[in-house]
Amino acid sequence: MREFPLRLEPRPEPSRAMRYLSPLLAVVLMLLAGLVIFSALGKDPIQGFRLFFFNPVRNLYGVSELLLKAAPLMLCAVGLAIGFRANVWNIGAEGQFIFGAIGASGVALYFKGSGGPLLLPAMLCAGALAGAAWAAIPALLRTRFNANEILVTLMLVYVAQLYVSWLVFGPWRDPMGFGFPQTEMFGRDARLPNILAGTRLNAGIFIALGVLVAGYLFMQFSYTGYKMRVAGEAAGAARYAGFSASKTVWIGLLCGGGAAGIAGMTEVAGPMGQLTDRVSLGYGFAAIIVAFVGRLNPIGIALASLLMALLFLGGEQVQQHMNLPSSISMVFQGMLLFFLLGADVFINYRLRFGRMAR
Amino acid sequence: MDPNLITAILFATVVAGTPLIIVALGLLVNERAGVLNLGSEGMMAMGAVFAFAITHHTGNPWIGALAGIAAGMAISLVFGFLTLTLQANQVATGLALAIFGVGLSAFIGKPYEAVALQAVPPVRIPFIADIPVIGEALYNQQLMVYISWALFWAVLWFLYRSRAGLVLRAVGESPASAHAIGHPVILIRYLAVLFGGAMAGLGGAFLSVFYTPMWVEGMVAGRGWIALALVVFATWRPFRVLVGAYLFGGVMITQLFIQGSGLQIDFPSQFLSSLPYWATIIVLVLISRNPTLIRLNSPASLGKPYRPDA
Repeated sequence: MREFPLRLEPRPEPSRAMRYLSPLLAVVLMLLAGLVIFSALGKDPIQGFRLFFFNPVRNLYGVSELLLKAAPLMLCAVGLAIGFRANVWNIGAEGQFIFGAIGASGVALYFKGSGGPLLLPAMLCAGALAGAAWAAIPALLRTRFNANEILVTLMLVYVAQLYVSWLVFGPWRDPMGFGFPQTEMFGRDARLPNILAGTRLNAGIFIALGVLVAGYLFMQFSYTGYKMRVAGEAAGAARYAGFSASKTVWIGLLCGGGAAGIAGMTEVAGPMGQLTDRVSLGYGFAAIIVAFVGRLNPIGIALASLLMALLFLGGEQVQQHMNLPSSISMVFQGMLLFFLLGADVFINYRLRFGRMAR
Repeated sequence: MDPNLITAILFATVVAGTPLIIVALGLLVNERAGVLNLGSEGMMAMGAVFAFAITHHTGNPWIGALAGIAAGMAISLVFGFLTLTLQANQVATGLALAIFGVGLSAFIGKPYEAVALQAVPPVRIPFIADIPVIGEALYNQQLMVYISWALFWAVLWFLYRSRAGLVLRAVGESPASAHAIGHPVILIRYLAVLFGGAMAGLGGAFLSVFYTPMWVEGMVAGRGWIALALVVFATWRPFRVLVGAYLFGGVMITQLFIQGSGLQIDFPSQFLSSLPYWATIIVLVLISRNPTLIRLNSPASLGKPYRPDA
């Protein structure tokens, strides 16, 4: 292997430029792989490419749909990033999203017709609390019993899916809904106001941007955020400085759960207008990719969530026009993360031609 | 209790535990070499869909099973390349593999969702299958069940009785020492990752071809993750994997039997269906609450990248 003319050589210090270039490199590689995939499927690669990456955003309505899908991704990802930075691996945002949706829907259904202007804020709080409560289970089990949070958060996704299905098939089912697994539609006062006539875009995007900024301020400028970053980058130093490891776990998981819960609220109070058993399209899992591709950094997360939203919309487009399953979105999303992880090698290593100097 | 019912529950428990045994044994070898592959859910999904498709086209479930193994190995190779050659973070890469594998399997499997396969008949072992109650349950099973037992013995022998197994464990405990005495650490880890992929692919194949001969998106239903938990529960020992897998199989089956029994219980079916997941959490808590136990038993280099300085 050492005689191979192309080799990786450790850089004297990690490259800052590559830290930000590697997501771009990953996107380029994903686009190239897209061409290959469409050709391999026997479709016109250029047409597939256009349908997937450009068609969704060719007009204002398309852009509004993009923002609509990016908002929950942004919310989930910013919460996850707070945990990831501290090496708290919450991968159950999907379940926390569902619980947020349940909490917000509960408030909307309970105060049906008597809500008024305070109903939406109440739903927001209920969503955040429900998501955080669902994330509190792994936090408690991790801090008290040392149980691995990756596996616990993930198991709770399956549990949350079953519980929401119970609610919409059972006690919360709309009696006038022809037996469909869904609650009745929320009243006007439980719906986020539309902000662009002729589209479905609603105030949820402002909530997402607000949480994004709050997350940024928390991580960069608060003492707690600082302690969490230290815990992630140098666990030994954090311990030596006396920073509480269990507090890090609690904050990481509660932030992730709360933000995912808010995302669940914006989904039921926004485009859906009711709770169904298919409340999440996999936003919680996609948000893991958003957080990584966005380099756990708010601006990066905002851009990455737009990209991931585009991948969701592109999947719908090729399903409509090329008769391909929409799960192709997940293929692209997974590939993007693979390419990113691969490209990240160039942060610490560089490519060298020729033999190693002896 | 009706002995026939006991036989039926026992039979179903063994079947339900089988994919968990196969996958968890693979992960155990994986982790014993120091590599943590969280992508088992994705590898199982890939194994399941490829095994199903090939069985559908060839009509031979065994060729299908081989295809499942090949698919699991192929996708685990991506994980190996990223984590072993490029030194990527094992946790993040494993998550990527899980997301990618589940997505790709859904994509590939779409045309097969309305297709049914013929059930593979069980193989009756003469004489011992006649033992009352347990005979029918244990020895009139799918050939794959017997294969899972053979795999268990093979892994046990490999890890504790063979030289190669000793080297593999050494690599997991201290890659630097293993490297120093001349063992190819990266190559051994690649082989371990491939074995993990093969087993996960076979476990997936068992689900889609032998267990419920059909393909549905998301049919792996968290079994890959449960298998990962099982390895922790087993404190990285094969025998406990076997016990744990049947315990989980028992939980899955008992709730199904309660649901199917028509017992008029005032308990929603979704709550019963959530029991295996809660059981996984409870088991993890019980075993992890003793940090010393975990620290003493987990391979020392688990999840840590190793790069031999050329």
